[in-house]
Amino acid sequence: MDCQLCGEPATVHLTDIVNKKKRQMHLCEGCARKQNLITDDPAPQLNLQPLLQLIMGQMGLLPVDTGGLLCPTCGLKYAQFRATGRLGCPDDYDAFRPALEPLLERIHRGLRHAGKVPVAERAKAAAAHLAGLKDDLAVAVSDERYEDAARIRDRIRKMEVAE
Amino acid sequence: MNLDTLLPNLGEWLRGNGPESDVVVSTRVRLARNLAHYPFTNRATPHQKGEIEAKSRDAVQKAEIASPLQYVNVTTLNPLDRQFLVERQLISRELASVLEGPRGVAFDDKESVSVMINEEDHLRLQVMRSGLALDDAWSVIDGVDDALEARLTYAFHEQFGYLTACPTNVGTGMRASVMLHLPALGLTKQIERVFRALQKINLVVRGLYGEGSRASGDLYQISNQVTLGRSEARVLSEIREVIAMILQYERQARQALLKDRKQEEHNRVARAIGTLSSATMITAEETMELLSTVRLGIHLHMLDDMPPTTVNQLFIQTQAAHLQKIMGGQLDGEERNAARAKFLRSKLREIGSPPR
Repeated sequence: MDCQLCGEPATVHLTDIVNKKKRQMHLCEGCARKQNLITDDPAPQLNLQPLLQLIMGQMGLLPVDTGGLLCPTCGLKYAQFRATGRLGCPDDYDAFRPALEPLLERIHRGLRHAGKVPVAERAKAAAAHLAGLKDDLAVAVSDERYEDAARIRDRIRKMEVAE
Repeated sequence: MNLDTLLPNLGEWLRGNGPESDVVVSTRVRLARNLAHYPFTNRATPHQKGEIEAKSRDAVQKAEIASPLQYVNVTTLNPLDRQFLVERQLISRELASVLEGPRGVAFDDKESVSVMINEEDHLRLQVMRSGLALDDAWSVIDGVDDALEARLTYAFHEQFGYLTACPTNVGTGMRASVMLHLPALGLTKQIERVFRALQKINLVVRGLYGEGSRASGDLYQISNQVTLGRSEARVLSEIREVIAMILQYERQARQALLKDRKQEEHNRVARAIGTLSSATMITAEETMELLSTVRLGIHLHMLDDMPPTTVNQLFIQTQAAHLQKIMGGQLDGEERNAARAKFLRSKLREIGSPPR
């Protein structure tokens, strides 16, 4: 049997079943090495992650363009993240968002943080809320909705006291 | 700081007298945090790592925390001291010997709070407690987190929460682990069934030293996998529910042992003590297995005069780095097994606790 990639005699044979679909690959040692399927140390052994990627890529399970995503802040490519499993900087979460969201959904079955918020962020949110209320108050006064204005004023006072 | 001063003591989490301590050894909660405006550790230059370390160390030392934290620069430690801190669960194996560049750990004198700097994330906060104490551990770590945040700006995302180098930690950055001693479930071969049930509800089971480590001495860590989309309180309550169930199974299995095969168990415990107190060479692994049997014997009231703390003490002091520190020098594998046996013999003679 010949290597699917270069036609040399194949010495590495892989069978994998993904979503109940069986897939076989036959590669020569050189090509298997190029695909990072074999690592050199300590003993030659199969490297599972690249193998899975190769097979999933061939089956069209991975959107092809995600590998090209690049973080403008730290210069990390999405493909590099896939290889190491580690992101490069906080901005990667926005830069890779289209590719990361399906991954996060698989890992966590959730996409929106629902826990603790840093004190500084809480203060920011409270400040924004207060500014919004003051804006509402100004609008209510200029519209001569005095009952609304009184209610909003009370809420503003309450928040200012709480601070 | 001379780490040898820690040697005679046990971290408070190893006292062995916390809530549900017949089954629960300890509780650990950790938070992953990163500084805003810096690359994550794996992509930071040595210079940036130096800045991250300086800022974090300064925050740790000045933070208003009930118990002051002492900083230890890991790069200045010899391999034995690094391994010693790993055995005491104050640092990870990665921080000890895999990662490079400026990094360190700060911890309090009870060894219950620790903050690793420049691990996979810039900051890894950890609180350890004896027994089952998830709420207590959370409230302490929440406070330490606030105290550090007062001096540092964390990388936080409105949608994704606390940002981490690995997406498996993003959101709360919280991993809560409970270390359980489950010898009776092991003996009665029910353990696999329990763990299969756990995986279905997204909890992870690991060995003593975390990811990839083997469960030895019937010790298992149960921890949450999900960090995004659920609040800390909800995750903790999910773990608590599962632990309650496992506690019940383990206790039932222990009662069944007492009822159906008390004589055999008694014999097993007596033989474990016998081997520990008379062997002239013994591996760390065999020690762990035998101490597991002794621990079970204590909780089945077969060894009334031995306090559970003793098992914890023997368990930690017979590990490689501790042993070499106690014996005062580098020992190779065979020498270590002989030294371990000698140490156990003398300790158990001190305690002098023949099984009833």
